[in-house]
Formats: sequence, C-alpha cells, structure tokens
Amino acid sequence: MHELSICQNLLAQVAEIAGRRGAIAVARITVELGPLCGTEPTLLLSAFEVARAGSCAAGAALHIEITAVSARCTTCGTTTQVEPNRIVCGDCGGYRMHLISGDELRLRGVELRLPETHAVLTAQASVSETRLCANPAVVP
Amino acid sequence: MCQSCGCAVTPADAHPGAAMDSPRTEVIEVMQNLLAANDRVAEHNREHFDEHGLLAINLMSSPGAGKTALLEATIMALRDRYRIAVIEGDMETDNDAVRIRAQGVPAYQITTGAACHLDAHLVHRALHDLPLAGIDLLFIENVGNLICPASFDLGQHRNVILLCTTEGDDKPAKYPVMFRAADLVLLSKADLLGVLDDFDPARAAAALRRLGCDTPMIQTAARRAPAIGAWLGWLEQQLAERRSGAPGHRPRNQQTVAA
Repeated sequence: MHELSICQNLLAQVAEIAGRRGAIAVARITVELGPLCGTEPTLLLSAFEVARAGSCAAGAALHIEITAVSARCTTCGTTTQVEPNRIVCGDCGGYRMHLISGDELRLRGVELRLPETHAVLTAQASVSETRLCANPAVVP
Repeated sequence: MCQSCGCAVTPADAHPGAAMDSPRTEVIEVMQNLLAANDRVAEHNREHFDEHGLLAINLMSSPGAGKTALLEATIMALRDRYRIAVIEGDMETDNDAVRIRAQGVPAYQITTGAACHLDAHLVHRALHDLPLAGIDLLFIENVGNLICPASFDLGQHRNVILLCTTEGDDKPAKYPVMFRAADLVLLSKADLLGVLDDFDPARAAAALRRLGCDTPMIQTAARRAPAIGAWLGWLEQQLAERRSGAPGHRPRNQQTVAA
C-alpha cells in the first residue's frame, strides 16, 4: 500500500518538469516498472486516480511499461530471463546472479501540452498565469 | 498526428499555421527514479551515520517475528561494550520504544499513522531528536511488513530480515523483493523448530538462494534461553569492517547507487 507515496513522488517530479517547461497540462505519463521494484502496477493505477486530482496531471493518462527480469550468472557469465522468485542461471543452475533488469521504478517520460505559440509570442507576461503546475516544495 | 484534424502528416506537408493556432505538444524523455527524493534524504542520513562512525541496521520482518525481542536480547548482551540507540517504527503506540528504554538505551518512536513503512524523511526527522554522538550501533526497527519497507532506503548500512519459524519456509519465494534486499536473514524463534514439523530451515535457505542471492542465514532464539551468538558475531564483524573504512558499506539493494 505504498503505491500512494510512489504516486505523490511521481506527480512531484512531473509537476517540476511541467513547471519548468511552462506546460498548461500533462497529457501522458510513462512509467517503467520491474516485477522486482516492489510496486504493483494495478495498485499504482488506482493510486494515480486518487493522487492526480487537482494536480497538473489531473487529465493525464498513466502508461505503465513492465520490464522483464533478467540476470547474469557471476559463475558462468550467461544472461538469463528469469521469474522474479526463481533467479537461477538457465545454463549452469548457479544462484550467484547479478540483476540486469527487473527492478526499475522510474519515470520514463512525459507528454506536455504547451501554450499556443502565438500566445507565447504576444503575451509573455501572462504565461506564468496560464501555468497550472507550480514547482513542488523543495525536499528538506 | 496532426493537431488540427487528426490526419497523419509529414513535416513537409503540415497544415500551414497549425503550429500558431494549436496547443503544442512536447514529449520529454526523463528516466528518473521515482524514489529519487527519498534516496537523496537517505544519502544525507547515511552521511550523518558515517560522520559518527556508527553502524546503522534496518531491521525488517512481518509483524510478530520477534524484532523487538531480538533487540532486547542484543542490548542485554552488548550494552556493556557498545553504546546502542534504537529508532522504532510502528503505525501506532510507543510500546516498543518503552521496552527498549527499559534496557537502558535511548529509543525514538516514530508512529507512522496510516503509513505501512518508514521512509528516509521520517528517519531524518528522528535523528534531530536522537543524539548520535558516541553511538556505536543504531538499530532502525521498521514497521512489521514484508512488502513496503523493502522499497525505501533509509540510509542504513545493512538490511537484516527476520524470517520467523512460525511463518512458512517458503516466505522468500512469496516476498522476493524483501528477501533480495537482505544482507543477512535471521531465522528467528529457532528454539521452536523442535516442536514445529512444517518448517524446514534447509527449504528456507533453498528458497532464499533461488532469489539469486548467497545471503547468509543465521538461527536466533531471543527469549528464555537466548541463543544469539552468531548474530552478535556478525554484528561485531560488520561494525569492525565499517570502522576499518572498508568501502561499499551499503545494503545490497543499494549497491548500484553511486556512493
């Protein structure tokens, strides 16, 4: 149930980027999740529905890409695609494995809506008022 | 796709004036860890710990696996040789901090309310009320939970996870994220193994290895006739390594973060 905290972190990062770019809205957020990141995609989507209300991403779609778990055997060097709870070498059966992917928990990208070009050119002074995203509070 | 009518257009035959009249779309590639804010504070906490030369242990398990009892027995065994402090994390009550203070060591209770885990910010706040000067060992007893605490770095040097004999020996297979984070797994309440016919330590060890880890597993019994010698030995070895300035004193699940 920590997905709501993750979502708040996600929205703070998105708000920071959107604020910096002067966006009027966030259209789409893409997140990369590995099965070993400890965050459940369906719960993250539910938490996002709650967390996005009133934020700059209120109308944004959250797209989650799930990565595969793959690991390299430190004994024989073989790289294997594995199950999250069966991380053993597909070649020699060794268990001293170095994880290559599968624990990602990251913001991959955002799609922003920017103000109309002519509005930017003719009304520079009002651009700040059209921004929906303020910079988030600085982390203590 | 064209923003005016939705047709697919190439840049060469885009509708004239479209860029002037429509909101522009910008796609930005980010690739940023979602826990970056937590991780920054965790690094800051780790700097605090390193300045004081102490060893910080994040103790995690399911509720009731015996984290507080283990700490009581550990303090009893080590308090004449080391100065110990404890940060307790629970959703409610300061019961655990009261038990620790009864052992004569300082304890700070974090009550998380609805939160199911400690995070680096909560620990950082605790550090302002828990003087670290002179402390050798700092234990952070996380909220009893085999899921969420694994995702949040607190700034600790080592993760220790209790697997209780009254739980199933397949717990590592069921909670791979948590058990992959362990630098040491303690098989707690091992004195019950004689009366439990459904927990096989060898099966638990095999489930742990199948997570691709060669994490050591040590048996402990913390109550009545405490048997925690191997655990104390591991702790003292970690503290000695920490103080010898050996590099890489970070939990195994934080090894990839730049020091």
